[in-house]
Amino acid sequence: MAFSDLFSRRRKDEPDVDTGAAKAPVHSTKGLAKFIAGLTGRSSPVLLDLGSVTGSNVTFFGEQLGCKIIVEDLSKDIDRAVKEKTLADLPAHFTTRFSQEDGSVDGVLCWDLFDYLDKHSAASLAQQIVRLLKPEGVVLAFFNTHEPKESVEALYTKHVVVDQSTLQHRPYPAARGKQRPFQNRDIQRMFEPLRITEQFLLKSHMREVLFRKTGDAADADA
Amino acid sequence: MWKRDEAVKPTSQPIPPAPVASNAQPSAPVALQAEPRRIERDLVNIGKSVVIKGELSGSEDLTIEGHVEGKIELKDHLLTIGPNGRIKAQIFAKTVIVLGEVSGNVSASEKVEIRDGGSVDGDIVSPRVAIAEGAHFRGSVDMQKKGGAISASASTSASATTSASSSASVKPAPQPTVAQAAQPAAH
Repeated sequence: MAFSDLFSRRRKDEPDVDTGAAKAPVHSTKGLAKFIAGLTGRSSPVLLDLGSVTGSNVTFFGEQLGCKIIVEDLSKDIDRAVKEKTLADLPAHFTTRFSQEDGSVDGVLCWDLFDYLDKHSAASLAQQIVRLLKPEGVVLAFFNTHEPKESVEALYTKHVVVDQSTLQHRPYPAARGKQRPFQNRDIQRMFEPLRITEQFLLKSHMREVLFRKTGDAADADA
Repeated sequence: MWKRDEAVKPTSQPIPPAPVASNAQPSAPVALQAEPRRIERDLVNIGKSVVIKGELSGSEDLTIEGHVEGKIELKDHLLTIGPNGRIKAQIFAKTVIVLGEVSGNVSASEKVEIRDGGSVDGDIVSPRVAIAEGAHFRGSVDMQKKGGAISASASTSASATTSASSSASVKPAPQPTVAQAAQPAAH
C-alpha cells in the first residue's frame, strides 16, 4: 500500500474538507492593511462588502474592527442580468439597488467587481458607493491591468482574508468574464469626488486602489 | 504501518446536521422513565409538515423542519433550522444553526452558524458568526460584544432554564410553548 493511498483514505473520512479552498493560491496585498488602517479608531464602523459572502472574512473584520458588516453580493446581480439578458439595465439597477441611507457606510470593499462591469454600469455603481460613503470613509477596489483572454473560463474570485497582507483567491464560476480594463483616468472619474489616496500595482497585474471621501469631497457631494 | 492507518481514522463523529425527527408525545404518561424523558427533551422537533404562524417560545433546545412565520424565542437555548425548515420570523436564541432557509433577523447571545446549503436573508446580531462555504447570506452582521442587546433577556431566560432542568427528572420536560396567537396546522 502506498503512502498516498493512506492519505487519500484519510481525506475521505474527514468531514467538511474543502480541498478546493485549501489549494487556492494566496497573494500578497498592500491595500487591505491601508483600508483597515483607514477604519481603525472609528467607533462601530459600518462596512459594506460587495463580494461573495465569506465566513472567515466576516469573522476577521468583525474581530479586527468591531464593525457591522453589510453583505451585498453583486456578482449574483451580474449573473442574473446575464441570464435574463438585461445587462443594459444594470446601470439603472444599481441606482436602486442599495437601501442604505446617504453617508451611512464607513468602508466599502469592492474587491475586483469592477472588472466584470462595462463602463456605464461601473460608473453607476461607483456613484452609489460615493453616495453611501461617510465623510472620511474609505473604499478598496482592485482593477485588472491586462486585457482578459477570451479563451479563459469565466470565473469570479472570492477574496478570503488570511491576514492584513495576504489574500487567498478562490475562483468560482461566473456567467460573465472580465471586461476590458479601465484606464487610470476612467477610474478617477468614475469615483469623483473621491480621492485616490493609495495605489499599488502588483506583480499579478492587479492594481489596488484606495479611495477616500475627504472633507472637500463630502461638501461637493452634498 | 497498518496500525498507523487505524490510528489515522477520526475518532470523533462529525456533528450531525440536525437531529432526526422524533415524534414528541405530549400525552405520554408523566412519571415514567427519567432517562428516556431526558433524551426526548434533547430532540424536540417541529416536523416537516407543521406550519406555525405566530409566536413560538420555549426553554429547551429545538429543531425546526417545518414552516414558521412570526417570532421565535429560545432565549437560552439552541435553535436548529433543519434542511427542510422554512422560517419567516425574527429569531432570538442562545445559538442558532441554520441548514434550511431563514428570512428575518437573527439575534443570538452566543453564536450563529449558517452551514453549507443554509440560507439567511436578514440581519444577524451575535458575538460569533460562522458562515460555511456554500451558504447563502444577504444582510448585515453585527458582531456585538457579549452582554450586548440580548443580555437584557438573559436574566429571565436563566430562571426559565433552572426550572426546566430541575424539573426534568420529576415531570416531563416542558414542550416549547406555542403562544396563544399561534395556529398550528398540518399540511
